[in-house]
Amino acid sequence: MEVSSLPISASHRGKLISAGYSSLSSLSSVSPSKLAQDLKISENEVLKILKVVSARKGGHRKNTLRVDISPPLQSGIPFGVPVPPSPFGCFRLPSLVPSGPTRLRIVGQPFSPAITRAQTAWDILHEEESSICITTSCSDLDEILGGGIRCKEVTEIDTEGSFMVERASQIAEACAEDMLEYNSLLRKDSQACRVDKPPKAFMDNIFYFRICTYTEQIAVVNYLEKFINEHKDIKIVIIDSITFHFRQEFEDMALRTRLLSGMALKLMKLAKKFNLAVVLLNQVTTKYNEGSFQLTLALGDSWAHASTNRIILYWNGNERYAYIDKSPSMRSASAPYAVTSRGIRNSASNCKRVKLM
Amino acid sequence: MANKPISEMGLPKSIANVFAARNIITAKDALSLSEFELMELLDVGFEEVMLAVAHISEITCPPYHTAMSLLEQRNQNEYLAGHLPTRLKGVDAALCGGIPFGVVTELVGPAGIGKTQFCLKLALLASLPTSYGGLGGRVIYVDVESKFSSRRMIEMGFSSFPEIFHTEGLAQEMAGRVLVLRPASLSEFTESLQQIRVSLLQHHVKLLIIDSMAALTSGEYGQGPPRHHPLGWHISFIKSLAECCRIPVVVTNQVRSQGRDEASRYIFQVQSRTDTMEDPSKFDSHLVAALGIHWAHAVSIRLVLESRSGQRLIKIAKSSISPSVGFFFNITSSGISLLSDEGVEMMGPEANTIHCQGLI
Repeated sequence: MEVSSLPISASHRGKLISAGYSSLSSLSSVSPSKLAQDLKISENEVLKILKVVSARKGGHRKNTLRVDISPPLQSGIPFGVPVPPSPFGCFRLPSLVPSGPTRLRIVGQPFSPAITRAQTAWDILHEEESSICITTSCSDLDEILGGGIRCKEVTEIDTEGSFMVERASQIAEACAEDMLEYNSLLRKDSQACRVDKPPKAFMDNIFYFRICTYTEQIAVVNYLEKFINEHKDIKIVIIDSITFHFRQEFEDMALRTRLLSGMALKLMKLAKKFNLAVVLLNQVTTKYNEGSFQLTLALGDSWAHASTNRIILYWNGNERYAYIDKSPSMRSASAPYAVTSRGIRNSASNCKRVKLM
Repeated sequence: MANKPISEMGLPKSIANVFAARNIITAKDALSLSEFELMELLDVGFEEVMLAVAHISEITCPPYHTAMSLLEQRNQNEYLAGHLPTRLKGVDAALCGGIPFGVVTELVGPAGIGKTQFCLKLALLASLPTSYGGLGGRVIYVDVESKFSSRRMIEMGFSSFPEIFHTEGLAQEMAGRVLVLRPASLSEFTESLQQIRVSLLQHHVKLLIIDSMAALTSGEYGQGPPRHHPLGWHISFIKSLAECCRIPVVVTNQVRSQGRDEASRYIFQVQSRTDTMEDPSKFDSHLVAALGIHWAHAVSIRLVLESRSGQRLIKIAKSSISPSVGFFFNITSSGISLLSDEGVEMMGPEANTIHCQGLI
């Protein structure tokens, strides 16, 4: 029954069904005044229902998906598309298919009326190449991340900590000094923009929310959309840490999983809509696995699906290492890094090579 | 913020009434349900629910600050930009001024190493008048193991600040500023925390010391490890106390020996053959902080006190503003004094390990 899946209030739904309107097509042929009479509700409410129905109808044909491989393009997409160096080597779509770039178009209507356009894989590749990567200021880490932390994706890092203003200003000053040094290395006629910011400017651009309960955490994630609309140019959202409030006294594990997955979806939507990076920090817990206890990520297995990339930070001997545990495009690798007074930098040890696992 | 009633949020009357009719009184109740569940429960349309949830979220969300404004605020309003100096030059330098306000600092170490001495010294420093470099305020000292000794504290005062303490009546005034609570059980402690919150704001309390946190739970375990940490609520509460009153909170912790089942590796880390062989002697000499990983994540600064071949060492094990350094110290009549202000650099995870050699 199609009417039962409409996002309208339960009593309206009940009235529609008891008045005999069980399919969307039956609603399209009736006039608003007759419907108001049948359901015994006001015309305003009828108009609202009809609006929902037309939105749903516009995006909802049949539930089938046809994959259409159309003939190769003759023009439009240039052949020699530069791709960023990746651990997989240079992969170009043309080389996989002998007769030139093929378009894989997914035909069929999306199920939810909120998504109004479908993207082809080729478009997505272009977007990925032109998307900004935020550097971690440690070149080894950047190498294994494929350039840095990508916008439009949710990256989860496993560690612990809390925001200290003094440290932020320390790092901002070191950053400003590095930028000045970088400026002096640029050629005079170089097109790259010179960054000449005082540390104060860095600190002015960090917006800080302090949340004390999980309710506030959910409220902030809901509010972020409006906040980002007001402050254009936000490029990264960092949540430190997403676990803390959910580990205290939550008896209802099912509720916790529901709330966490709702939050993860909203963050994913934010990342896509505003083209920004979302970085989540998580904690560790122990798990009994194959006869021994292992360290594993907190919040359970269901949370593991929430993020796109997952990086685990750990100690290896005396060095800090970052390991890519989960990523759709990067190979599992680990790289050493060091925490210095100027922030995160390359590790200064002798064996600095990126270790592939 | 989370318990703010929906009726005071300025929602349109009709929807506010519907929320109240369905017993959704506070923001917490509303935000714990997904939008579809709310739609079913309240019997209103999807758009209205979305608007109501967005409005509730905006009101419940705490205000934001820029990092610059936070820094300026602290520089202007707070003593030394929000730090309580410990008078140990090396430690203060590493901690950018001293024990920071607004976060929980933990002292962990084996028995008899000097944690209570450190706490007594801090209580003394906080109660000193501001003209002499203290915080000039009251101190709440939660003494679970009955280790507080006011005589020792005053002795420290006479020893470290002789010229101040010989002033008539100053010792009495300062001792009068330190309030000592002695809860006998975890439930008493929980009750007194609530009262502490009220008195923090009324009585200009500048420091909260809890000595020790681990002793509160030692008698309370049932069979096997509990599913939830018994101190879960207390951790959040203490952190939020520190945060909203902007005071330093110092907590001491005990140690226990590392159990056989202690996890220390991730599944992708390769274990060499020698590691997998059990070494019973290794387990006994390895000490770890009590209260587990969850507590370790919750504290912001962790100072580890240990002894190596008879020498006492204080290490900064976890701090987002300091390098990993350790300082050798002695316990003297004026409390703790460093042997040298130059720290010893701690390589790698060494800062987190706790040794107890040479101390009975």
